[in-house]
Amino acid sequence: MENLIVAPAPHAHGNDSVRKNMLNVIIALMPAYILSIVAFGWGALIVSLVSVCSCVLFEYLIARYVLKQEPTICDLSAVLTGLLLAFNLPSNLPIWIVIIGALIAIGVGKMSFGGLGNNPFNPALVGRVFLLISFPVQMTTWPRPLGFAGSYLDAETGATPLAAMKEALKSGDASKIADLDLMSTFTGWLEAGSMGELSVILLLIGGIYLLCTKTITWHIPVSILCSVFVCAGLLYWCGYPGAATPWLHLCTGGVVLGAIFMATDYVTSPMTPWGQIIYGIGIGIIVVVIRTWGAYPEGMSFAILIMNAVVPLLNMYLRPKRFGEVKKEEPKKA
Amino acid sequence: MTTFKIGGVHPDDNKIYSAGCPITPVDLPKQAIIPLSQHIGAPAVPVVQKGDKVKVGQLIAQAGGFVSAPVHSPVSGTIFKIDSTIDAWGMRMPAIFINVEGDEWDESIDRSEKLNPVCRLSPKEIVEKIQNAGIVGLGGACFPTHVKLTPPPGKKAEVLIVNGVECEPYLTCDHQLMLEKSEEIMVGIEILKKALGIEQAIIGIEKNKPDAIEVMDRLASRRIGVTVLPLNLKYPQGGEKQLIDACIGRQVPSGALPIEVGAVVDNVATIYAVYEAVQKNKPLIDRVMTVTGKSVKKPGNYLVRFGTPLSQVLEVAGGIPADTGKIIGGGPMMGRAMSNVEMPTNKRVSGLLLLPEDESVRPEPQNCIRCAKCVQACPMGLEPYLLSKQSEYGLWDEMEKHNVMDCIECGCCQFTCPSFRPLLDYVRMGKATVGGILRARAASQKK
Repeated sequence: MENLIVAPAPHAHGNDSVRKNMLNVIIALMPAYILSIVAFGWGALIVSLVSVCSCVLFEYLIARYVLKQEPTICDLSAVLTGLLLAFNLPSNLPIWIVIIGALIAIGVGKMSFGGLGNNPFNPALVGRVFLLISFPVQMTTWPRPLGFAGSYLDAETGATPLAAMKEALKSGDASKIADLDLMSTFTGWLEAGSMGELSVILLLIGGIYLLCTKTITWHIPVSILCSVFVCAGLLYWCGYPGAATPWLHLCTGGVVLGAIFMATDYVTSPMTPWGQIIYGIGIGIIVVVIRTWGAYPEGMSFAILIMNAVVPLLNMYLRPKRFGEVKKEEPKKA
Repeated sequence: MTTFKIGGVHPDDNKIYSAGCPITPVDLPKQAIIPLSQHIGAPAVPVVQKGDKVKVGQLIAQAGGFVSAPVHSPVSGTIFKIDSTIDAWGMRMPAIFINVEGDEWDESIDRSEKLNPVCRLSPKEIVEKIQNAGIVGLGGACFPTHVKLTPPPGKKAEVLIVNGVECEPYLTCDHQLMLEKSEEIMVGIEILKKALGIEQAIIGIEKNKPDAIEVMDRLASRRIGVTVLPLNLKYPQGGEKQLIDACIGRQVPSGALPIEVGAVVDNVATIYAVYEAVQKNKPLIDRVMTVTGKSVKKPGNYLVRFGTPLSQVLEVAGGIPADTGKIIGGGPMMGRAMSNVEMPTNKRVSGLLLLPEDESVRPEPQNCIRCAKCVQACPMGLEPYLLSKQSEYGLWDEMEKHNVMDCIECGCCQFTCPSFRPLLDYVRMGKATVGGILRARAASQKK
């Protein structure tokens, strides 16, 4: 008789894999990605391809030659980081800046901590924030969506809805945002913007796909969106001068993209349900605070990175509900 | 959704291979090897010696204490030797070897097929009869049944929960037993209700067994105090604590037994054995076990006398397929892979699963990606990623604080992990170490 294989139970596996989950997120991003190509034309194509390829290449090189480990690019996590990084960039960003962004995102944001699973901060956001601080002009001029008719580097630029909202808050004059059309931010025809913030509805469709495939749970996206709504709503309904409606806050900038795709990054988000809810609430509060009183018009990247730092604390103190949890009784006094 | 509240996974059913196969007896072996420890608790002590002639059902080893069970001869013949041997999993254990001659049964056993529905014994007499018949839990844990039926002072049983769930993939022996022996199981339920002095019994059956639900429901509706509760599929619903949560909505507190919430849980096969013991004077000498697997030629549910070499059972099922990688005693989630099939079947083995080689090899584990799927899957609300890491680093005190002793070793965490990490392996190791620390602490406190 042939030798039998002996190993401890369980002997079955659910056939889930890292690659499957990354692929699901990439698929969920496709509707929004296709729209961004249609809207921003060559720029979108070039920036996204350069970002993805650089991320994969840097992960391979750093793993093989610096960490001296077997590269794990097949798990598609570098591809996803590249795609998400591109979603946060203006589509007229020069190639060399995109490559630097990818190097920082993968090299500093992920590999310096030991590769997938070990990083405390969202790699794509680390790359993006680095670029924002290093190249503020290029990172804050947003091309208008002119499709393939527009050019890549000489793209015509315009004002984003967020810029208008910031103006309104600075001057206390709400008329500056009076003619911002909510429906166009929802469906995706903005004046100008980053690749990923175009269409809320396409991102939501992606989000529903992720929920159905059990790639993410509802806790983080719902708590972020509710928190943004409540905080922005409080400001608006208390008559804060220049405040935009909470619906406008939800549909502009990276709120939906961040809520569904960035904050839900496995590695950098909390491990327990209550941890995830507090994390989402924190992100929502910080986003509205930065948008209202901070220097930047956009706060989502910073909000997520700040809450990433709080995650270990959340994991420690907000444990899951144990089976048969019984409150320990006070020892009876003799 | 009628199921337990926390965690759980949905492995592929795979029951199709042996579902509906009628219970088929397997021929007697030439030599029966009967282990003295087929239960939780102290091993049984032999009362026979080499050369003695025994009949089927005769007592050959008495219980080694209260939490123990006697062992009866499943065959008739001559005692060949009482020696230690290696069991199917490579562990050394004492056993009685009997050379089989004929099939002569003890005269007190009623071998007729006729249903005996009336029990005139008192509760105490019932428990004693169950104890003397060597009945242990046949769901896999082999806990002596009479101990379950003897609640400690101060604790009262309120409901009997009948475990007809059979949540492990591939296994169908309990299902088939419910279809073929439903009347007998009902009588067994009534006997146990009488023994415990309770009015209510709930039969939990998962919804992938509609025919069993129908058969048991039809019988239950004619009786008072017995109800069938169809349950939504989820593994590990057959786990005692999860089943109690699903059936009566109470969660057994950490470290306590089911009697703490007034529940007593028994497997349908155990209840059938109770019927045979109390009504037919037949001690526990055989059981139905499923032999199954994708490549098995004749999968099915086989009635096997204890002591039969597993190789003989596998021959009846068409032999060991050429592509076999693992032979597992039990189901794929909690069963134990065997290294030696010349060894005997016994009370512990509820099934034989033959997995092909390509399903028997584990992929290389990767980094933990902190996806928290193990946390979502754990039916006890634990954090397997954390416990596994703590075990790797030997942080036993931390593991104790994080409730590692609550782990029921169901395997949901390792089943779910997308990085193929050996979570349960590390947790089990930690559990064993922490268990030892707790026992040492309790012993030193007693002094």
